[in-house]
Amino acid sequence: MRIVAVDAQALSQGIAPGMALADARARLPDLAAVDHDPAADAALLARVADDCDRYTPMVALDPPDGLILDVTGCGHVWGGEAALVANLATRLKRAGLSLRRALAETPDRARALARYGNELPILALDLDEERTTALRRAGLTTIADLATRPRAPLAARFGVEMVAKLARVLGEENVRITPRRVPPALFVMRRFAEPIAATSYVLATLEALAGEAQTSLRECGSGGRRFVTSLFRSDGEIQRLSIETGAPTRDPALLMRLFRERIDALADPLDPGFGYDALRFDVIVTEPLGAVQLGLERQDTGKDLAVLVDRLSTRLGSHRVQRFASRDTHIPEQACFAFPAMAPPPFQPWPVPEPGEPPLRPLHLFDPPQPITAIAEVPDGPPRRFQWRQKVHIVVRYEGPERVASEWWRRREGYEPGKGGLTRDYFRVEDERGRRYWLFRHGLYGSEAQSPDWYLHGLFA
Amino acid sequence: MSDSSISLARLKRRLERLERPRGGPCFFPFGYDTVDARLRGGLARGALHELCAAEAEDHATASGFALMLAVRASSAGPILWVREDKGKRQHGRIYASGIVELGIDPGRVTLVTAPDTLCALRAGADILGCTGVGALVIEPWGEARALDLTASRKLVLAAEKSGVAAFILRDRAASFASAAATRWTVATAPSVALPGNAPGQVTLSVELVRHRGGIPPFGLVMEWDRDEHVFREPALSRAVLPAAQRRQMAA
Repeated sequence: MRIVAVDAQALSQGIAPGMALADARARLPDLAAVDHDPAADAALLARVADDCDRYTPMVALDPPDGLILDVTGCGHVWGGEAALVANLATRLKRAGLSLRRALAETPDRARALARYGNELPILALDLDEERTTALRRAGLTTIADLATRPRAPLAARFGVEMVAKLARVLGEENVRITPRRVPPALFVMRRFAEPIAATSYVLATLEALAGEAQTSLRECGSGGRRFVTSLFRSDGEIQRLSIETGAPTRDPALLMRLFRERIDALADPLDPGFGYDALRFDVIVTEPLGAVQLGLERQDTGKDLAVLVDRLSTRLGSHRVQRFASRDTHIPEQACFAFPAMAPPPFQPWPVPEPGEPPLRPLHLFDPPQPITAIAEVPDGPPRRFQWRQKVHIVVRYEGPERVASEWWRRREGYEPGKGGLTRDYFRVEDERGRRYWLFRHGLYGSEAQSPDWYLHGLFA
Repeated sequence: MSDSSISLARLKRRLERLERPRGGPCFFPFGYDTVDARLRGGLARGALHELCAAEAEDHATASGFALMLAVRASSAGPILWVREDKGKRQHGRIYASGIVELGIDPGRVTLVTAPDTLCALRAGADILGCTGVGALVIEPWGEARALDLTASRKLVLAAEKSGVAAFILRDRAASFASAAATRWTVATAPSVALPGNAPGQVTLSVELVRHRGGIPPFGLVMEWDRDEHVFREPALSRAVLPAAQRRQMAA
């Protein structure tokens, strides 16, 4: 068993990571040791990363114990980048974490400075053992030693990656970090001097932020499709509210209405705890949206409907506001499907019914079909009577069968006999009271099923 | 005496003017002369109409009737249909291919599924507030106690304001208070068989149970013509019966 990490006190007593636990115990008999739990470490790091979201949406993990924040353009909210870093340091210290930090022009340089201090050793290059030793033997122990040397011979001796890494650590080359969350296309943020708890004030601030976002969006001729509000509680909790619209928009009034719907639809009401100390408004997805000329007459019924669909989708969930589209298959229950009304419609034309014919498909469809008991002629005669929901229906008129074969090519080994699925024989029937039903026999008598089951699939108008 | 009878007549005329169909876009006809004559022009557009299935098995027919009336009320506008989760379990899902078979473009239909009656009514009120909507069908499930006189009154007011036709689809014709302009009972009727004894066109037996404008109740059987989007007399009495007999039936 080896020691993975030690605290400052242990370090001062000469215990260091990498030491065998037995050796450490020999040196310090009352050493308190706990099992290494990498998962808990990772969870803590993720938690801290979440918390850092209040400083910038661009937070990347640098496992096992580092975080890289891209604070470009975030300083003004905190009164400068240095003030931002100071605030972050105080915050984490208060949470009981010890912190090494650095602020630099590029992520790699900041990382190296934070981990190794101002006198960067060659370890900051993260090279393998062999090349690190080779550098040491050559008398090169610091990055400063390398910086002044011509790069071409270095590349020839230690590899191209080493030179590239050197350039990054020196801040000559900037490689962007990969943030944990998808960064928003645009965000605006507001900090509060005192934590606030009133929902009305939160909403008013949000409206002001939406107004700021509107200005920026208008300048670049775009509108947002997805918006997220992050409410940062002073105790580190983050609540996020997200809304989506069917068409790009930047209208604060509309957005506020959707956010209010969203808050109303929450299972638990917003819990401010000890108050929110910051609020951020992200525009996650943007789409082009030109300036709108105000017409003399209001003739925007289409837009009106889109707003309605957005509202209902926000309140009930987009899966509850649907439209229909058709699919190219002859399996009845798959021939059409419902999709969220906010999404763009998939284009597949609807079949055109023959003029003068009665409806061949029911208005209501049971999915799955309802099992019934039916009396029918063998092998493929129509049903004479059937029982559904404890009622017996006598068939007076019928049409059929309309034979629908299974799509055997979609099944695993469907080409093998007996594995292609059962054929359905559909009948349109009318009972003695005039009600029209859609029934089918599942499987061909004899060849596919010994005594085929009957199902009721739909009800005609 | 004569004075009072004159003023009474004047009052009656005035009331009639108030109640008379104002014509034009406020009313939509069935396209079937007999019904339109009885209704004095048709049904009001910015109003609430109740459609009750005569029995549980007639629900699909009542749904179809709601869709047909929605198409009559608005020839191209979007149709919003608000259902409840339980309705889907009980009556099956709305099948878009079946909508096509009624001659209606499913692309016009937006389906809203509400978790309970209150949500459905709230969505309904929001929809009625939007002038871009062609027609609304609300289908509360079961007894739907939340849909009382006050709730229906709210819907009526919203419909009157926006001019959107609203239809409430109820399971059973129980006696409940409602502010709706009309109440209909809908049942399936035997169709006129096609050659080969095949089930024929959509045939419904509808009954006007109540009309706020004072039109007396009546009932009749009619067919839906999906190609023309009109209701019509069932084919049998139109084509097979001799003219004399038909006249006798009409009388």
